[in-house]
Amino acid sequence: MGQEPYVEEYTIQAGDFTSIGEASTKFRATLKMLGIPSEVVRRAAVVAYEAEMNAMIHGGGGTLRMTVASDHLEIMAADQGPGIPDVALAMQEGYSTASDEIRELGFGAGMGLPNIERNSDRMNIETEVGTGTVLTARIDFPGQ
Amino acid sequence: MKLRDVAQSIRAEVLYGEELLDTIDIECAYGADLMSDVLAFARPGSLLLTGLTNIQIVRTAQMLDLPAVVFVRGKKPQEAAVKLASQIKMPLLLCQMSMFETCGILFAKGILPCHIPDRGV
Repeated sequence: MGQEPYVEEYTIQAGDFTSIGEASTKFRATLKMLGIPSEVVRRAAVVAYEAEMNAMIHGGGGTLRMTVASDHLEIMAADQGPGIPDVALAMQEGYSTASDEIRELGFGAGMGLPNIERNSDRMNIETEVGTGTVLTARIDFPGQ
Repeated sequence: MKLRDVAQSIRAEVLYGEELLDTIDIECAYGADLMSDVLAFARPGSLLLTGLTNIQIVRTAQMLDLPAVVFVRGKKPQEAAVKLASQIKMPLLLCQMSMFETCGILFAKGILPCHIPDRGV
């Protein structure tokens, strides 16, 4: 890997439950190809998958981007959805505004954001009601 | 325990991946109908047991490096889930027993639970 960070970006379509995870799967394949340690790949995959899920379920679609630098990677999910009125509340395990339809599929249990935080070294949420949400999560590579 | 022995123990039908059963070793398992919990707690290499059938079950297992999925309570995965599993070579087993009974049999055979930090195990 050179000095320039590697960037990969995908559009998340609204309302397409079947395709959720396709972007995260591609990120995962890229990280494996780059020889990133498997524990980091697993954490990044969970972060990306949860973020992709959130952007689709709550944000009405958006963008998922992964940046891989020499000592860390960053995953960013951006949507133009309703925003999060109370981030602290959204961070509580079990708190969820997901629909019954999503819950019946095994998601929307209020574990997504805590899962992202647990699997990343640094997480940031910028959100504005009525405008959208940008989530960034950074994972440092071992030994950094 | 080889996945083939797991399948025999719980009298499971192999929906996909018959030829892979002897290549996969199972030490621990995670049983849940909540994929959010699976993403939070399942250990890489664990066997996933669930009663849900949609494509995201296979996707969740793939993200976590879980090698195979057992569908309990006689549930059958949806076509899209089977298609994805065959693409990524992830065996799918069908078991008629309840989650409780399936997990109980495997636990008695020595399959371990996943690490749960809050319990210190």
